[in-house]
Amino acid sequence: MSEATAVNAQGTNPLADPQARIDLMADVARTPGSAKPNPILTVDNIVRQFGGMTAVDVDHLEVQRGLITALIGPNGAGKTTFFNLITGFDKPTSAGKGAHWSFEGRTLDKTSASRVARSGMVRTFQLTKSLNRMTVMDNMLLGAQDQAGENLALSMFKPVWRRQEKQIEAKAEELLDRFSLLEKRHDYAGSLSGGQRKLLEMARALMSDPTMIMLDEPMAGVNPALTQSLLGHIQSLRDDGMTVLFVEHDMHVVRHISDWVVVMAEGRIVAEGSAGSVMAEPAVIDAYLGAHHDTDLGDDSLLDEPAAGDAKTDEEQA
Amino acid sequence: MNEIQQILTSMVSTALTPQTAAVAIAVIGLNIHFGFTGLLNIGQSAFMLLGAYGFAISITSYDLPLIVAVFVGLALAFLFALVLGVPTLKLRGDYLAIVTISAAEIIRYVGRSVGYEWLFDKTGGAQGIPGSRYRGPFRDLSVFGDGSTSLLPFNWRDVADGAIWVRLLSWAIVIAVIITVIQIARGKTSLTGRTRALSLTALGAVGVLVTLFAVPVTNQNTGVDGWWTVVVAWGLAVLSSVLVLILTRSPWGRALRGVREDEDAMRSLGKNVFAIKMQALIIGGLFGALGGIMYVLPSTVQPDNMGRSLTFFIYTALLLGGAATIWGPILGSILFFAGRIAVIGITQTYVPNSIMSNQEATQFAFIVVGVALMLLVIFRPQGILGDKRELRFNV
Repeated sequence: MSEATAVNAQGTNPLADPQARIDLMADVARTPGSAKPNPILTVDNIVRQFGGMTAVDVDHLEVQRGLITALIGPNGAGKTTFFNLITGFDKPTSAGKGAHWSFEGRTLDKTSASRVARSGMVRTFQLTKSLNRMTVMDNMLLGAQDQAGENLALSMFKPVWRRQEKQIEAKAEELLDRFSLLEKRHDYAGSLSGGQRKLLEMARALMSDPTMIMLDEPMAGVNPALTQSLLGHIQSLRDDGMTVLFVEHDMHVVRHISDWVVVMAEGRIVAEGSAGSVMAEPAVIDAYLGAHHDTDLGDDSLLDEPAAGDAKTDEEQA
Repeated sequence: MNEIQQILTSMVSTALTPQTAAVAIAVIGLNIHFGFTGLLNIGQSAFMLLGAYGFAISITSYDLPLIVAVFVGLALAFLFALVLGVPTLKLRGDYLAIVTISAAEIIRYVGRSVGYEWLFDKTGGAQGIPGSRYRGPFRDLSVFGDGSTSLLPFNWRDVADGAIWVRLLSWAIVIAVIITVIQIARGKTSLTGRTRALSLTALGAVGVLVTLFAVPVTNQNTGVDGWWTVVVAWGLAVLSSVLVLILTRSPWGRALRGVREDEDAMRSLGKNVFAIKMQALIIGGLFGALGGIMYVLPSTVQPDNMGRSLTFFIYTALLLGGAATIWGPILGSILFFAGRIAVIGITQTYVPNSIMSNQEATQFAFIVVGVALMLLVIFRPQGILGDKRELRFNV
């Protein structure tokens, strides 16, 4: 995107090269809360309690700029709550008692959700929030920032905002084309399929030229072919210089695209590292992946030969 | 035939009254709240009442000039919107509904209270403020002079000695014009852009002319609800609609609809949802106050005339015309008031007095209004002009 943060003089992003990303993170300690070379988001001491239950209790977390970081963990680990907390949709219980988080050096401790979005950190939702009774195009146009026409006093004078409107319309069409939604631009968003709404939500978030995009389960309920193209989009965002933080349950997806993986369990960060190293950690296997994580549970051969499958698990555990 | 002519005459003159236009302006305001922003304001009558009080008391108690009095009325509604909005707009939508309906009752009861002499001197309690005390400055502005005018001067009586076929033909034309206008307004024809706007305006003008040809209305030029008040009230209603048209076709209007659809999504896109909702509440409230001022000009400021039932009339008119449409509020108000008079007229004329007396007929009309509102919400929630596609998707 035009707002790329890590684009060098030649106009190419050095982090588009896989080896460069591996080298960058090679020296980072594989421990929870490790320091990153160039963190874009730093989180300290965020606690969120619902009654007596502690949903999130994160001591320290840094998210590296320009990479795809995956946030994984079992159901109820507090991933979405954590997303809500750092994007301003929820307030930590520890607010004012040492909770501190900053994005690009700016403190976000008391920032409202809309301000967080304007500062360049845009999120999507696990349950897609498309604006159903508006057209796809209107959905997209709402994503653009700093629109003069959204000022009540200026909105009455079309010449003031006509040019800007044209520009953001062109930008929206470009993005819709990229996400193969261009033909749907005059349809109501409510008439799109679930997967298309996911695409629309992601495209809409990109309208604001974010420096960091946070995706909450972008692949949930999306068919394999569309998952493939979504993965391509996410990688191309990274290659354009954007930072991506996403929650996902599909381990193949996580392994395929993430440069760094953070594992949460029971509200805490239990492991960090590259996909390969994290998935080999016994703590992660116990808490999240389970002993079968390397086998496809839909594999027919497992059903046909239950005895063989059991034997294999026993071996693994031994 | 003459009975039908009589019912039609009362329908048309009711549709034309400044009070119908005043309610239409209040409906336009509620349309910004409910139709475009999704704010459930069940106290639009309070905005009207405050506008009316501010306007009338400025003139009766303080002798302020007309234009200042109007601004006092609008300022009261502005403050009222702020007071209602600050605590409730950060909460879920239901809370605004609870607060507005209670606040509207509070305003009404304060208005009709007699306890404080200072206040009673100004509001006149339940008796209210007679229109004759504040109407003067507005009437003096009239450019229509004295006497009375019958519109149209050339009407069905002048063609073929007022034969029945002339009247039947002109009524048929009126019905045809209304149906065509609705079809065009709902986008069912191939007309678009400027031709659509032009044909709507032309058909509207033809409709009004033929209606007045078939059902001539006689009024004073500058009387209590004479042509001067009618023209100003309807002029304001049309101006308000045009203003709403401009506002809602702008990026600001898009943001309003975004808030209606999903506040959290709007927050995630960096929009200040509270500010947008507050702006909508204030703008809609100002239209309400303007409607209130026009509502009391031909009558009196009586708090009990502007209570819950008026709010529900406004809702019925809005849903009838179509929420989130531009011309729905005006169409809905006309059809609502004309329709109510039709029900009253038909029951009074054709139902024997032994079954239903004239007074009961008026009450029966209210029952019909309630049933109509229910049927409307169940079978045609998008109203006459609304786009059914917009309501197909549950939010």
